[in-house]
Amino acid sequence: MKATQGRPFYLIPYYLWIALFVIAPIALIAYFSFFDLSGNFTLDNYKNFFTSVYLQMTLSSFWYAFLITLFSILIAYPTAYWLTKTKHKQLWLLLIIIPSWINLLLKTYAFIGIFGLYGPANNFLETIGIGRLQILFTDFSFIFVAVYIFIPFMILPIFNSLDKLNPALVDASRDLGASPWTTFRRVIFPLTTGGVKSGIQAVFIPALSLFMITRLIAGNKVITLGTAIEQQFLVTQNWGMGSTIAVFLILFMFIIMILTGQKEKGGSANGKTR
Amino acid sequence: MKELIRAAIVLIAVSALLMYGVSFLERSTAKSGSGSITVYNWGEYIDPELIAQFEEEHNIRVIYETFDSNEAMMTKIEQGGTSYDIAVPSEYAIEKMKENDLLLPIDHELIPNLQNIDPYFLDLPFDPGNEYSIPYFWGTVGIAFNPTLLEGQTFESWDDLWNHTLEQEVILVDSAREVIGMGLNSFGYSLNSTDPAELREATDKLKEIGPNVKAIIGDEVVEMMRNEEAAVALTWSGHAADMMWINEDIDYIIPEEGSNLWFDNMIIPSTSTNVEGAHAFINFMLDADVAAQNADYVGYATPNAAAVELMDPEVVSDERFYPSEEIRDRLEVYENLGLEMLGVYNELFLEFKMDMQ
Amino acid sequence: MEKLGKPAKVYLALVFIILYAPIFYLIFYSFNSGGTMSSFEGFTLEHYAAVFADTRLIIILMNTLIVALLSALVSTAIGVLGAIGIVFLRNNKMRNAVLSLNNILIVSPDVIIGASFLILFTMVGIKLGFASVLISHIAFSIPIVVIMVLPKLLDMNHSLIDAASDLGASKRDILTRVILPYIKPGIFAGFFLALTYSLDDFAVTFFVTGNGFSTLSVEIYSMARAGITLTINALSALIFVVTMGLVVGYYFFNNRARQSMGTGGPRP
Repeated sequence: MKATQGRPFYLIPYYLWIALFVIAPIALIAYFSFFDLSGNFTLDNYKNFFTSVYLQMTLSSFWYAFLITLFSILIAYPTAYWLTKTKHKQLWLLLIIIPSWINLLLKTYAFIGIFGLYGPANNFLETIGIGRLQILFTDFSFIFVAVYIFIPFMILPIFNSLDKLNPALVDASRDLGASPWTTFRRVIFPLTTGGVKSGIQAVFIPALSLFMITRLIAGNKVITLGTAIEQQFLVTQNWGMGSTIAVFLILFMFIIMILTGQKEKGGSANGKTR
Repeated sequence: MKELIRAAIVLIAVSALLMYGVSFLERSTAKSGSGSITVYNWGEYIDPELIAQFEEEHNIRVIYETFDSNEAMMTKIEQGGTSYDIAVPSEYAIEKMKENDLLLPIDHELIPNLQNIDPYFLDLPFDPGNEYSIPYFWGTVGIAFNPTLLEGQTFESWDDLWNHTLEQEVILVDSAREVIGMGLNSFGYSLNSTDPAELREATDKLKEIGPNVKAIIGDEVVEMMRNEEAAVALTWSGHAADMMWINEDIDYIIPEEGSNLWFDNMIIPSTSTNVEGAHAFINFMLDADVAAQNADYVGYATPNAAAVELMDPEVVSDERFYPSEEIRDRLEVYENLGLEMLGVYNELFLEFKMDMQ
Repeated sequence: MEKLGKPAKVYLALVFIILYAPIFYLIFYSFNSGGTMSSFEGFTLEHYAAVFADTRLIIILMNTLIVALLSALVSTAIGVLGAIGIVFLRNNKMRNAVLSLNNILIVSPDVIIGASFLILFTMVGIKLGFASVLISHIAFSIPIVVIMVLPKLLDMNHSLIDAASDLGASKRDILTRVILPYIKPGIFAGFFLALTYSLDDFAVTFFVTGNGFSTLSVEIYSMARAGITLTINALSALIFVVTMGLVVGYYFFNNRARQSMGTGGPRP
């Protein structure tokens, strides 16, 4: 393809960014991970990571990140789907994003109030006869707030991939006698996997390193790798161990990228570039 | 494409407008006077009126920056790149900063108001002779509780937190020294213990409190207690005062076995570029009227004896927040145990937290 | 266009109610004379008066907006070009490698990014303040832009580009006339999420700021220990109302302008 011939000068800023703000910090993190508290070279940090505490933490991080991503998809997909059918869809889409511009700590405090024993959520449960429940500091509230934070990151890419879906395809499927569910399963969903994949990357990966709400909303009953890194850097000031955990997080991310990576598919970018 | 370019132009124009606004506001508030100082403090930890008063009186512009943890603050000062003239760390941080040469000595000649400080709070182990630090606020660690939610149950000792009636009622603070310290204190051991056997004993006992623990959180505890979300909390006196300010049912005690005595202190970081202005600021904050007004605003206990004289007698005679010397003698100040030991405390604390899941 | 059924409407309404619930909660308490977010005592506007009286807070707000708008703009530009570059990488392995590098800043906890940027800036000798904060925000927003733009690019039919280049279009024409218009929704998505990243960030900004420069997030987080004042609630309420007004106003203005110019019809 002609467009790629010659020097892609427009890529310079991007690669410069990778070199300065990605490679350099990683190099720094990798370097720190080989030092102990008193600045001696050591492999102990890596050994420590394979103790039960950190392995358990890794498992629970993955488990919660998985749940958060799953619920995000379950909620985001129908939202995005129906949004594309509204009259002022671009406006509604913007209205999905606006709440995320209000400070997160403030919103978290609001959730503490809303989910409180005497907060609106429990008042509602009381009125409908269920009675007051302990909502805060449960897995439910943790996943709820996490999904709340991440949902725009899931809705946007799915919306975009649904939006440009050719309606003729859907009509054709219907005309051929497919039920709405079959149309969705066989036509719509396969054509939007790109958007869903983007959404997963934008949710699952950061969810692995979630920290603040593990304390505020889950009361430290959920401990993730992100929390541990935070603690190691800021409280214990053991940058070595903190960096080691980060190295593993980055490794996990690479593995996820390989697993969800764009496969060589027929009509994809690569095939026809020559 | 046109739409993209138009959007970009609008954004740049709006930003330019905002920049103009900032420079306009900065010019209109800037004092014409000699130089400026940068104060690095916790958010909402000073009465802003006093800053204006200081700027007025001394003709020095105050740039106010905020931090949210001692450790983060130290990292910034250590790394440089920006200059701070005053910072307000907790006492354990001061020892660490001293070790790392991050502090400038304070010239007592320039701080005549130092005489206002209660001598009890001077010359403490973390900074003998107050060579580097001047106390700003002080307080204790204790138990805040709401008797109306507990059928009148009261607290005297740390052991009361282990009581079986408190299932899922206790909130702990997310800080290793405080929680492990509670375990140590309950055996009568020192808060600064480095004896592995004592620490093990304390941690083992802490594991038994598990069923009572509702959550381990930070500053949000104030919100929770006010909302009657939980009945009991291990917390700092400053937070307890904040709780009571809204919810009058709440009470606070310092357990009889002893507890922690903490200080926030003004220091001059080694990055200071206006040492003279920094001294002027410290001296200003120690003025009796100023300190009284500040204590009134922040709601923490002031070490300034002259200011205490000026304050509402009802406030300063409250033994919960201005404990008598007799009670204070049971309290211990944290010593800097070194990073290795701090690591041990944190590992034990992490173990405790993981054990609760 | 097919009409939305009742269940769909109820579902969307529910999603929006939940999205806005915490914000309305905050706004409600911004009128509380009790001074905290727990018990509502009486109506007052004093917190709003406090916002306008606090010049420092207003300067911080303006700085926050400047950083957010500029960083989102620049990171969108760099991210879009980067994404185009990634798509045209011929080697599949290479493409996955670059993408993984791209995502590293998303998975790295903020403290680490902040601390390593701080070390980077002090090593290079950049004065901490507006510039360092802006650069950092651009840096951590780029990956989300790439992620948002990529699916659109991958789905783009390449016969379009081939056709254009066969017709003699220059590289620049292909970029501006074919690629960019097609991926526009992705670009906007990337921009808005970059804005979100920038406005929400506390830890990175904290580490790389200095010399009196501050953003709203840094200010709010550092208030946590002594208690967040309702002035912040009032400020957030104002931000929210103004944003809402701007977005809705701009949308309808734009729509009308479009229609009256006769270029209406379905948006791409």
